[in-house]
Amino acid sequence: MDLSLLTRKSDTEWWIDPHGAMRVPGIIYATEGLVREMDAKVYEQVANVATLPGIERASYAMPDAHWGYGFPIGGVAAFDADRGGVVSAGGVGFDISCGVRTLHTGLSRQDVDPLKTQLADQLSRSVPAGVGSVGRLHLGRAEMDAMLAGGARWAVEQGYGTAADLERIEEHGCMAAAKPEEVSAHAKERQRDEMGTLGSGNHYLEVQQVVQIFDAAVASAFRLHEGDILVSIHCGSRGLGHQVGTEFLKRMVVSAAGYGIALSDRELACAPIDSPLGAAYLGAMRAAINCALANRQIVTHLVRTVFAQVVPKAELPLLYDVSHNTCKVESHRVDGMVKPLFVHRKGATRAFGPLHPDLPAAFAAIGQPVLIGGTMGTASYILVGTADGLARSFGSSCHGAGRSMSRHQALKQWRGRQVIDELASRGILVRSPSSRGVAEEAPGAYKDVAAVVDAADQAGLSRKVARLEPLVCVKG
Amino acid sequence: MIRAARWEHFDHSADIGVRGVGPTKEAAFEQIALALTATITDPAAVRPNVAVEILCEAPSDELLVVDWLNALIYEMATRRMLFSVFTVSLEDSRLTGTAWGEPICVGRHAPAVEAKGATYTAVRVARDEDGAWVVECVVDV
Repeated sequence: MDLSLLTRKSDTEWWIDPHGAMRVPGIIYATEGLVREMDAKVYEQVANVATLPGIERASYAMPDAHWGYGFPIGGVAAFDADRGGVVSAGGVGFDISCGVRTLHTGLSRQDVDPLKTQLADQLSRSVPAGVGSVGRLHLGRAEMDAMLAGGARWAVEQGYGTAADLERIEEHGCMAAAKPEEVSAHAKERQRDEMGTLGSGNHYLEVQQVVQIFDAAVASAFRLHEGDILVSIHCGSRGLGHQVGTEFLKRMVVSAAGYGIALSDRELACAPIDSPLGAAYLGAMRAAINCALANRQIVTHLVRTVFAQVVPKAELPLLYDVSHNTCKVESHRVDGMVKPLFVHRKGATRAFGPLHPDLPAAFAAIGQPVLIGGTMGTASYILVGTADGLARSFGSSCHGAGRSMSRHQALKQWRGRQVIDELASRGILVRSPSSRGVAEEAPGAYKDVAAVVDAADQAGLSRKVARLEPLVCVKG
Repeated sequence: MIRAARWEHFDHSADIGVRGVGPTKEAAFEQIALALTATITDPAAVRPNVAVEILCEAPSDELLVVDWLNALIYEMATRRMLFSVFTVSLEDSRLTGTAWGEPICVGRHAPAVEAKGATYTAVRVARDEDGAWVVECVVDV
């Protein structure tokens, strides 16, 4: 991105001053190096989002922002219904509520090392992953609607996990005001056999080790210590979410002119929050969030079952579960007034700080864990939300490394077998049904995740707590 | 002179651009479907054993090509199939197509990624300077 187009407010805050149809400024949180690396399309997309009706404060980009659809990936924007604000299917994305959850294991490296191969093999056998894989659960019509209304709470009622898990999930495991009746028959059909599946692409299941602690007090409150073994799961709402996104994107593109909305890019497709289409999308999107929460809950159950067989002394309580692609109603202060806003996070993590009323009791005094996924060869991070984050970015932070290279380029540069062998020589076991998929996801195709989290920390969006490195990675 | 029908991919930072080129709009729609399959596996490895009929309707060519790819993504996901041979006929705003393929065989197809949805990003339906039809868009994977 051309730095001369931006106004530098600090080392990590860059403004796109309002011009043309922009109603608010664009604000990019990143270091100079990361801004330079960003695609010029990010500038265009941040500015485009700033033109949408009812947008409040600013159109934000997180340190891992890259070229997305309408909104940049790593984009955050909030809208006020009382000022003609909109809800955007493009602003949430296709993989609704794709997110990360991290589990403790109570194990150390000494416990896991002799069993690592067995764990990798059994996890890859037990957790369906990749194109065409099906779950063991097949939902009929009534069960599907109950799942879409209940989310992880429904999954726990079916025996997948415990009530204690629910406190450690955003929305306490169940997104309110979901409307399963707004989810099409096609979307439900696409999900019928996909519950408890990981998916493909950048989704993964990892056994990780805590290798570095940055903030001992917060780490202790999160029950994290150097050497601890954790499990992280990255997946989303599977086919149902993709279909909901696809269908509403088209409906919003076709209806925009009728609502008096001029779209500079079709993927900005949106509808007024108070319109019938806006309400229908919100109901369907919330149901898709519940689908993602239920899916991660079932995958968690499968992981626990494998650990119970391979390392019986392991216990896997949930640290936390965060979602990346959502639109949620939250109370925020704007110009001295607290009001409900529809906060879109697309490839961004909610990062609420201490004393936020939506946090579970365990995190009330410290802020929520912010789980940042890395690549299979580098590292993941756990950060904590900050009190200042609400004013900076509506309480949002980055979500991952972000690609620096297209899949096409990655495929030219690496072979899957070569990536798997190189990682094995470093003690990282990769299991995947697709060698080409591994090549496309090669660690070298991603930005430096450490630079991204450092920027998030420096910008005050969230603070670094711990660095995790992978030992086992199951890819789709 | 119009060159033979073909498909190709183009770069998008996180996902994949798919492009079909052909002497007719129909041929270009057929080729972009092959480009979609190629994001997942080598189309040459997919046996055209089973036919699936597809109907789409949209108010513009740009919306129609995205609908066509999304209809294929839906059929691939729910039938757990991959497709390698396509025929398309276009009449006004309506597309009638057939896709031939077979059930996914993980061992033989080694599918790389799952297509989540075709997007309106970089969508284009136009004739190039040679007179060939070019249809393209970005697919979220």
